[in-house]
Amino acid sequence: MTKPSIPRMFAGGASRLLLLALLAALLAGCASQGPRNPRDPFERYNRSMSRFNEDVDRVLLKPAATAYAQVVPDMVRTGVRNFFANLADLWTAINGGLQLKPQVALDSLARFGVNSTFGLGGLIDVADSMRIDRHREDLGQTLGHWGVPSGPYLVLPILGPSTVRDTAALFVERPSGMVAYIDNEHNRIGLQVLMALEIRANLLRADSVLDGAALDKYSFTRDAFLQRRRSLILDGEDDEPPPDPTTDKK
Amino acid sequence: MPALPAHRHFPSASTGIAALRHAHPGAQTLGRKAQQMINRRSWISRLAMFAAVATAGLALASLPARAADEAPDQFIGRLSTDTLDAIKSDKGIAAGDMGRVIALVDSKIMPNVNFARMTAAAVGPAWRQATPEQQKRLQDEFKTLLVRTYAGALAQVTDQSITVKPLRAQPGDAEVLVRTEVKGKGDPIQLDYRLEKTPGQGSGWKIYNLNVLGVWLVETYRSQFAEQINAKGIDGLIAALADRNAKSAPKKS
Repeated sequence: MTKPSIPRMFAGGASRLLLLALLAALLAGCASQGPRNPRDPFERYNRSMSRFNEDVDRVLLKPAATAYAQVVPDMVRTGVRNFFANLADLWTAINGGLQLKPQVALDSLARFGVNSTFGLGGLIDVADSMRIDRHREDLGQTLGHWGVPSGPYLVLPILGPSTVRDTAALFVERPSGMVAYIDNEHNRIGLQVLMALEIRANLLRADSVLDGAALDKYSFTRDAFLQRRRSLILDGEDDEPPPDPTTDKK
Repeated sequence: MPALPAHRHFPSASTGIAALRHAHPGAQTLGRKAQQMINRRSWISRLAMFAAVATAGLALASLPARAADEAPDQFIGRLSTDTLDAIKSDKGIAAGDMGRVIALVDSKIMPNVNFARMTAAAVGPAWRQATPEQQKRLQDEFKTLLVRTYAGALAQVTDQSITVKPLRAQPGDAEVLVRTEVKGKGDPIQLDYRLEKTPGQGSGWKIYNLNVLGVWLVETYRSQFAEQINAKGIDGLIAALADRNAKSAPKKS
């Protein structure tokens, strides 16, 4: 489908380097501190990576997204969102199939088909007005669905919250990414920058909420993230109440 | 392997924004900066939704409790509708007036929440060692934190509606889970409540935990509270909460 380009091979090499650096940091983290939270043995490393990510956001992402939100009309932004959501539908269809969820696979495939054609390449969400449900499944969820445990919490450079399982899944998802199949290097980069801006711009108001809600932003994010991932894998069907230490022993 | 859910009752709790996050596989191959931002930020979007909906959620529990024999799902349905209506008709709330928000919370929400239990669960085992005075301060500060955090989200309630899902509980259950969905623009948002039957006649049900998009409110605060208590004790936690509230007090810095 794609011919390997030099930049892409370089990107592959760089990601491998990144992985090595990550592992080294993790090992260092293990050696220097006994685990306190069983779900987060790499807390020390994770915390410093979170700080790094916040710095990058402050100097780069947030200013860029703010400018983007000021300049680009809402109608265009909706089109941008729909376009990327359409690509995600295709990936969801594949993962729905892998999880043997025919409804998810069929809905998503239908959405992708309808929106790609009648929706002008995904710019308009026609499937939505046809009441075809939108689902979201990624490879990490597929692994979780088949019983692969999440492993410890892991904060990735720039990418942010993840787990060991989901990080492993990322390495498979990368080459399968839909935008990656666009041959023209400039178009591809352009699209990815656009996607990043759109997503970040949507979150501009969220920042202050998070700042105000958390005593410790790191633990808040971690605990909410792990719960959310678990819920996604169980499709929100988790009936078990979380353990409640105080009321158990009344 | 855990038993797999037999069927889905609703398609996806992800929001339009959160949904975008899952477009990231498509963006993985290059522009590290770009794609990395995407992933990191997508996560924040969930928190944002969490915050926004938790607000709505707390808000939904309005109106004083009524008949004792009201079913828990009816109770939630009634509260949801009434509270949404109250928010929509209050221009002060839409304008972000903190006084109006607090008034709404105190008059409509708090009577239907067992906030002592909520705070106790978030504080964990240390709650039982706290003096009554400390327990009261913890509740006050925690409540302020939640109200301040979510005041902004309340202002954004416009055309949302709530659907209560069929109850899966036995008639005699004293604690039940009620599932709802918030429908507005974009994908429906999962919003679940844990309710306890209050003892005695005529007192009905009270909310003691809230789940937005799979994230339980109490559990999300538990580690943070434990960190403070381990480092500086109960008073340390109270101080940290008060400090947080003082910082957020001036309107949006």
